[in-house]
Amino acid sequence: MDTFLDFFSFSDPNVRYVVLGSILLTSSSSIVGCFTFLKKKALVGDAVAHAVLPGVCLSFLLTGEKNPFVLIIGAFITGWLSLFIIDAISGRSKIKEDTAIGLILSVFFGIGILILTVIQKSGAATQTGLDSFLFGKAASLVGQDLIVFGIVALLLFLSVWLLFKEFSLLSFDEAFAQTIGLPVRSIELVLTTLTVMAVVIGIQAVGVVLMAAMLITPAAAARFWTDKIKVMIALAAIFGSLSGLIGAYISYAAPSMPTGPWIVVVISTIAFISFFMAPGKGIIYRMRNQSRIKKHINDENILKTLYQLSEEEKNFYEARTVDGILSKRKFDKGNLESGLRRLKNEGFLNNDNGFWKLTLEGKEKGQRIVKLHRLWELYLTEYLKIAPDHVHDDADTIEHILTPELEARLEKLLDYPTVDPHESEIPYR
Amino acid sequence: MTDATKNDIVLEIHDLTVSYDRKPVLWDVDLSLPQGKLIGIIGPNGAGKSTLIKSVMGLVPNSSGYVRLFDHNLDDVRAKVSYIPQRESVDWDFPASVLDVVLMGRYGKLGLFKRPRKADKEVAMDCLRKVGMEAYMERQISQLSGGQQQRVFLARALAQQADLYFMDEPFAGVDAATEKTIISILSEMTERGNTVVVVHHDLQSISEYFDWVILLNMRLVAYGPTEEVFNQELLQETYGGKLTLLSDVGNLMKRKRFPNREAKPAKRI
Repeated sequence: MDTFLDFFSFSDPNVRYVVLGSILLTSSSSIVGCFTFLKKKALVGDAVAHAVLPGVCLSFLLTGEKNPFVLIIGAFITGWLSLFIIDAISGRSKIKEDTAIGLILSVFFGIGILILTVIQKSGAATQTGLDSFLFGKAASLVGQDLIVFGIVALLLFLSVWLLFKEFSLLSFDEAFAQTIGLPVRSIELVLTTLTVMAVVIGIQAVGVVLMAAMLITPAAAARFWTDKIKVMIALAAIFGSLSGLIGAYISYAAPSMPTGPWIVVVISTIAFISFFMAPGKGIIYRMRNQSRIKKHINDENILKTLYQLSEEEKNFYEARTVDGILSKRKFDKGNLESGLRRLKNEGFLNNDNGFWKLTLEGKEKGQRIVKLHRLWELYLTEYLKIAPDHVHDDADTIEHILTPELEARLEKLLDYPTVDPHESEIPYR
Repeated sequence: MTDATKNDIVLEIHDLTVSYDRKPVLWDVDLSLPQGKLIGIIGPNGAGKSTLIKSVMGLVPNSSGYVRLFDHNLDDVRAKVSYIPQRESVDWDFPASVLDVVLMGRYGKLGLFKRPRKADKEVAMDCLRKVGMEAYMERQISQLSGGQQQRVFLARALAQQADLYFMDEPFAGVDAATEKTIISILSEMTERGNTVVVVHHDLQSISEYFDWVILLNMRLVAYGPTEEVFNQELLQETYGGKLTLLSDVGNLMKRKRFPNREAKPAKRI
């Protein structure tokens, strides 16, 4: 608890560096990642993230120091090289892009690990903290890093802000962008450069291995909540920052923990929650919607059945038992009983000592369903020329979805018919 | 072919050959189109209809020949030319509203870095009204029907305020009402002196819709006023049987990685 207070009071300047650094890194990669996500280039981000490692290691090997500026230049060069080679391979040979990405990712990462091992054998790695590039270590951020990363992050924000309109258009409709004379190749180049930059600074906190998650996951999570690209970018940045903040705390509280995996766990949890909870697109919303529809159909079928029973006997307010209803139409008994109770609460049925009776409203509702069923059957036979013995199942579904407006159009189109294809009377008020 | 003066020519294509992966899909097309006409491009599947307009718009490289628009190169007159891609060419699940998409038609005029201004929004709204979609302004584009998507694309093109329009299959998969709306807007546009070139599939409606037609099947079969070239004989030539020899040669070039033209010293244009 003490660590928690120490950390979140931000009184320690070191903590301030780490928090500010982590948030800058994660939010800037989340923002750039939105366009990677919208352009459906997630795998490319992964390849760049892995291809950055040999660059970092090589610059250390050549200069012998862990100056963030030097490391970034190395990372930038190999990150860029990987993208260039992927493009060249998929453009000039029979190898498709996904294969090229797979190839480049593993080759570059393999070389990176190789050089890292050499450095570790020389014993220098522990002092440099170079190995933290693999899984990230937010707590190792110092003031010097912060300046460099702050500048890069600012550059990223600024570029996205300035070129927002161009990036959006490029992600949506590249051919159109080209025809209006936008310098598509240059803008693409800027976007790619931004992606590489985001990866290069992001790996300090998240690490090479999991950096792709930091690009894509915030965007994917944000997409569940909104249909507006600006809101999506803002949300992605917030989700990213949140995971950066929590990752930094864990890195501070448990120094032996790698930060990257924790950041990814947090952002994945956010994505997971979005996947389930988001209104409209989330799984839970959809499931609730489905179950609402099922109940709606079940209840309408009960009223329809009661109406049909009464229709045969010409007595619409006759009291009936559950078994009486089941003799007319098959229901799951549990569904039938819960439906009957619901209909009673809604005022469509009365219950009299276990006997169920339609109310006036219930009778009218049941009658409407029966009417729609028969109208639809007639429509299918007359306009779609479907055989009368084939129309029942269709009508059983359609009767529950027709709106009053469609009902009126159907009546008018069929000229208020009196009987359906099976000579059953179509009931009007 | 026509006695139109040079000033009336909005598009001139000279000896154009286009290839995909070295396989020529259009051979040696020569044509020039007059201003103010509604022009249909027709031909069987794989005839190179879309390729022709894509190549005019610089979206696919030419193997040979040149294209002149308003007697200029495309780059000098982009603001006067509008292109409407096939509806399926974009992902309609993109997080954008109807108004956002129509505003994209203004980006060419705005230039880099600048945001759409109030005037641009008013133009966009006006264009939406013309295609009967003003009520859908705030609607997310994934909720639109095929016909509505096509109207939005047309509104985006109108917002460009161009003189020459190329449309790739605007009637594919749209409802009858939308087709009527679109064709009446296109007729209005040509009455005002704009030129509209449309890739079209349905032979039934050619005579009704188009002033001019271009008959295409890997090469230019014929082009000109509809009443002159839209006849049984030329249709037979366009649709009757593939030129198997031609496509076999094309396949051979692809297989052997053969260049489309012999290397020769650059010539003056």
